[in-house]
Amino acid sequence: MPIEFEAPKPITQTQFALKTVAEEMMRPKSRYFDEREHEIPWDYIEFMHTAMKAMGGSALAPRDPSPSSPLPQGEGGRGEGEKDKRPPIGYQLIAAQLEALSWGDVGMYHCLPGGGLGAAAVYSAGTPEQRKKFLARFNEDKPTFAAMCITEAGAGSDNSAIRTRAVLDEKTNEWVINGEKIFVTGGDKSFTDYEKLGRGFIVVWASIDPSAGRAGMRAFVVEGGTPGVKVTKLERKMGIRVSDTAAISLVDARVPFENILGSAKVERSTTGFKKAMATFDATRPLVAATGIGVARAALEFLKEKLAENGVQIRYGLPRQKLTNIEREVIDMDVMLKSAWLMVIKAVWLADNRKPNALESSMSKVKAGDACTKITQKVVEILGPLGYSREFLAEKWFRDAKITDIYEGTGQINRLVVARNILGYSGKDLR
Amino acid sequence: MYSFDPTEEQQMLIDAVKKYADNDLRPAAHEADESSELPKKLIGKGWELGLLQASIPESYGGFGERNAVTGVLAMEEMAFGDLAGTLAVMTPSLFAVPILLAGTEEQKQTYLPKIIEGDWTPYTAALIEYIFDFDPNELKTTATLKGDEYIINGEKAFVPFAKDAKMILVYANLDGQTQGFIVPKDAKGLTVADDREKLMSLDALSMYRVKLDNVKVPAANRVGGASGLDFELVLASMHIAAASAAVGVANAAFEYSKDYAKEREVFGVKVAQKQAIAFMLAEMRTEIEAMRLLTWEAAWKLDQGREDAANEASLAATGAADMAMMVTDRAVQILGGHGYIREHPVEMWMRNGRGFATLTGLAIV
Repeated sequence: MPIEFEAPKPITQTQFALKTVAEEMMRPKSRYFDEREHEIPWDYIEFMHTAMKAMGGSALAPRDPSPSSPLPQGEGGRGEGEKDKRPPIGYQLIAAQLEALSWGDVGMYHCLPGGGLGAAAVYSAGTPEQRKKFLARFNEDKPTFAAMCITEAGAGSDNSAIRTRAVLDEKTNEWVINGEKIFVTGGDKSFTDYEKLGRGFIVVWASIDPSAGRAGMRAFVVEGGTPGVKVTKLERKMGIRVSDTAAISLVDARVPFENILGSAKVERSTTGFKKAMATFDATRPLVAATGIGVARAALEFLKEKLAENGVQIRYGLPRQKLTNIEREVIDMDVMLKSAWLMVIKAVWLADNRKPNALESSMSKVKAGDACTKITQKVVEILGPLGYSREFLAEKWFRDAKITDIYEGTGQINRLVVARNILGYSGKDLR
Repeated sequence: MYSFDPTEEQQMLIDAVKKYADNDLRPAAHEADESSELPKKLIGKGWELGLLQASIPESYGGFGERNAVTGVLAMEEMAFGDLAGTLAVMTPSLFAVPILLAGTEEQKQTYLPKIIEGDWTPYTAALIEYIFDFDPNELKTTATLKGDEYIINGEKAFVPFAKDAKMILVYANLDGQTQGFIVPKDAKGLTVADDREKLMSLDALSMYRVKLDNVKVPAANRVGGASGLDFELVLASMHIAAASAAVGVANAAFEYSKDYAKEREVFGVKVAQKQAIAFMLAEMRTEIEAMRLLTWEAAWKLDQGREDAANEASLAATGAADMAMMVTDRAVQILGGHGYIREHPVEMWMRNGRGFATLTGLAIV
């Protein structure tokens, strides 16, 4: 297909539908939940769960997140027998959905029921039996959550420094896990027993052989309510306050042997770990898309306010003729549009099963920059109106910052891009 | 659908242009810049690639159809070799494309076959004026209709190959609108300055001031006849050309400084192994990609006749100009003192880089 920039119909349709959701279900509650941290947005969760079921399963949850693991038939993937000549647009669709929801409220987007990153790990690293066992729950009557526990106090971007341990108890054929996890997005809703929610799970990263370094790292599915596991703290954050960020401690937590994702045998190679990290190639542009949603919200709001106050943006004039505000807005347009195109290209590559490690990280670098700069500029230009909590601009400024941090900080992604373009390993460029 | 793959035909063209850029333009660039001279043979070889010819329909002597996306793909690839050489090769487009876009049937029949048949011939255009606060939408050069003639007065600057040109497409202000007029070089009242323009870069491209003192042309010489041309569309085509050339130059600087950083040793490691440098390179690569995609999208919108195409093109032009300045500046910085020495091409690219904010009107696709 030649170079083309026409959004496919399913994408424009979903953007249209989700705009209504954002306007009706998210925006009116944005401020309320921002000011009541740790209150759970039940109405929204239940509405979204029902809506998504009506649309056919957890349509909004990232499915099949790893290009290397096509979903088998009956699990939402396209089976061998199905002959569909249309180019796949699964990732593009998700990117557009996340962008649209984050335009509504990026914190509430995180409260979208479904498997999230936890399920993504099961999809990409699990066996067909594990997928069946752990993922069916997301289509049940009650909204259900899953979360990923990877970060520790001493292991953030450098997640090979993880100290959580999993030891096999051969007598009971159970893994015994000990450790402390932090920054678990949705950890509370995934683990704690709430009447309105189905039983979720957390995916815990732990070492089964510390002497093997990265090669010994594995992910384990830990069911909600498992004894020995406790949500010890809910973080209080700068932004995305409606989304719970949990600290979880595991003390002699026992999980069945078959809850390990990947092989229980340690080979002295890091291919397994690298494969797990490859999950991020798929999810990075999606996180970038959430940043772009926030930035678009802020920029559109600014343009509205400028128009209300009779300030026009004269596009197409030479630079020296423009006012400062016009230049700022034009620069923001350039940032936002180009960042979105980078996201689209990265997910388009994933949809077409082409390598996209470079494009994924570049899109995250660009979107992180664009999102933080745009929201900061918008607050600045709006002056008191921007700084006041009466409008949402200041909230978007606070929300935006996280998109340059999670799923790889801007700096980690620069490192990934640099290694990629220079052909360097982690050793060559530390 | 979204898609980022060039067609097979476009890919073949890109490959051919790339070969020319790598094997011909780049090796000649330094000498051309120093001697202020582009060899005729070099320009001729670029002309034989047939970029303009391929964008003109058979009925006017060409063998294709204008496609802005193809145009920006080729432009980027050629500018990767050398900007001055690229602008020289593409100069006849400055005259032909506006006629193709907006000319009357008669103008197309009269001029297009002549321009593209045979060797590269300097048909050119004059848009820029040497004044403070220059704005292509508010030209100081004027055209006035008197009887069945337009009378043109003013002074144009940076007109490529004006000295050898057969015809010049002169942009002038007609009742507040920028319009194009076909002016023979030997028209009475038209004088080309003796000395070439002296700019901070593009020395290899011979450019001149052109004075128009009561120059009279028949009314039929207005591009598009009585209804004129849609200058917004012409300007948009100039904007995407400049943007794609900016991407090409920036990419040249990025690749060169990247290779240098992988060779050069500091404190026992390659300079590229320092995060301070590696991060610069990562950002350069990221911004190049961002502006490449924005330019492609603007070109695609132009091809589709989208309403917002002109705005998108201006965003691409302004974004790519900023990007090219940033990238070329960093390329010089990465080479350090060596970057400042003219034996390395990065300082030339940095001088090129600043030009994209100013030189709208020197290229069109």
